[in-house]
Amino acid sequence: MRLRPVLIWGALSAAIVVPLAVAATSPLLAWRDPVYIGAGLAGVAAMALILLQPLLAGGYLPGLPPLRGRRVHRWIGGTLVVAVIAHVAGLWLTSPPDVIDALLFTSPTPFSAWGVIAMWAVFASALLAILRRQRRIRPRRWRLAHTTLAMVIALGSVIHALLIEGTMGTVSKTALCLLVLAATAKVMLDLRVWALWSRRRA
Amino acid sequence: MIHDRPTRRTILATGSAAMAAALLTGASGLLVPARAQGLAPTPSMRGGSNNYLPGAPIVDRIGGGGFWMTGSVRRAGDGAPLAGVRIQIWAHTTEGHERDPHSHGATLTDANGQFRLEMPQIVPAFGQPHGHLAYDDHAFQTVFLRPVMPSVRDTSLSAQFVLQPA
Repeated sequence: MRLRPVLIWGALSAAIVVPLAVAATSPLLAWRDPVYIGAGLAGVAAMALILLQPLLAGGYLPGLPPLRGRRVHRWIGGTLVVAVIAHVAGLWLTSPPDVIDALLFTSPTPFSAWGVIAMWAVFASALLAILRRQRRIRPRRWRLAHTTLAMVIALGSVIHALLIEGTMGTVSKTALCLLVLAATAKVMLDLRVWALWSRRRA
Repeated sequence: MIHDRPTRRTILATGSAAMAAALLTGASGLLVPARAQGLAPTPSMRGGSNNYLPGAPIVDRIGGGGFWMTGSVRRAGDGAPLAGVRIQIWAHTTEGHERDPHSHGATLTDANGQFRLEMPQIVPAFGQPHGHLAYDDHAFQTVFLRPVMPSVRDTSLSAQFVLQPA
């Protein structure tokens, strides 16, 4: 069957390219300087990467079965860290007090806190992935920590994005967010993550 | 003038009236305790002072205009309108970022404590279409407000100040 891979990759590309294209052509950009525009797009790109991560972890993408998929998953994880840093740094340059409020959880906007929580979960996840080999973290502990952080990242980012009145189109943004939640839920179910919590001794 | 001289009857009448008034006042004070405290001062909003540049000049209009920032300034306690009070205003608009000096301006309240300043259209920034207002002079305690527009299509925004004497 050659049609299935084409359809999957086509749908995935559309789910990522359309929100990016809508954000890149938003009328709001006319009143923003390049740093602010770049910061916003880095955030949209980060959301697209967050959609890729569970699909790669679960080996759902044609041509990327679990083992190869997870190698790509690691690279995408590193790229996600860079995208999040670019997002926050660009916003910091645009309006330092707003970013300081967000980081200290004293922002008037409710979406800021969700974004900051997701940011720390991304950093913690990356740090854990680096330390995993060095510190010989046991697979079970690693999985428990990584899946918990992954859920925080997905949920935090989705709430963050949905509450923002920004450059993303409402329809494409909602679609991307629903796909992130669906992909995250599917991989969690398929990998039976609840077993990590329920059965203390495997 | 004999009839002006207080008699026992008038003393009793005025005395009982005064007692009734005192009782009524006391009772109403118990029933409506908020009235005794008067109008509460407006607290500063979270993030209200972000990108504040003290000493914005008093202007007829910020930039090209087309959008109205309106509001009122009253005194805490008795709610008396305050005239000639300087209110500083800034926002992310079609003509500049919040941090740009040309996005800032100030205006004075009229005799009724009302203010009204034309400015460029406010556009969403940092996730919400919002404006910033400040009272930052000596007579009253400083207040920073950050109202959010209910709709991005709105062409006006208002904010109410109740100031506490410094």
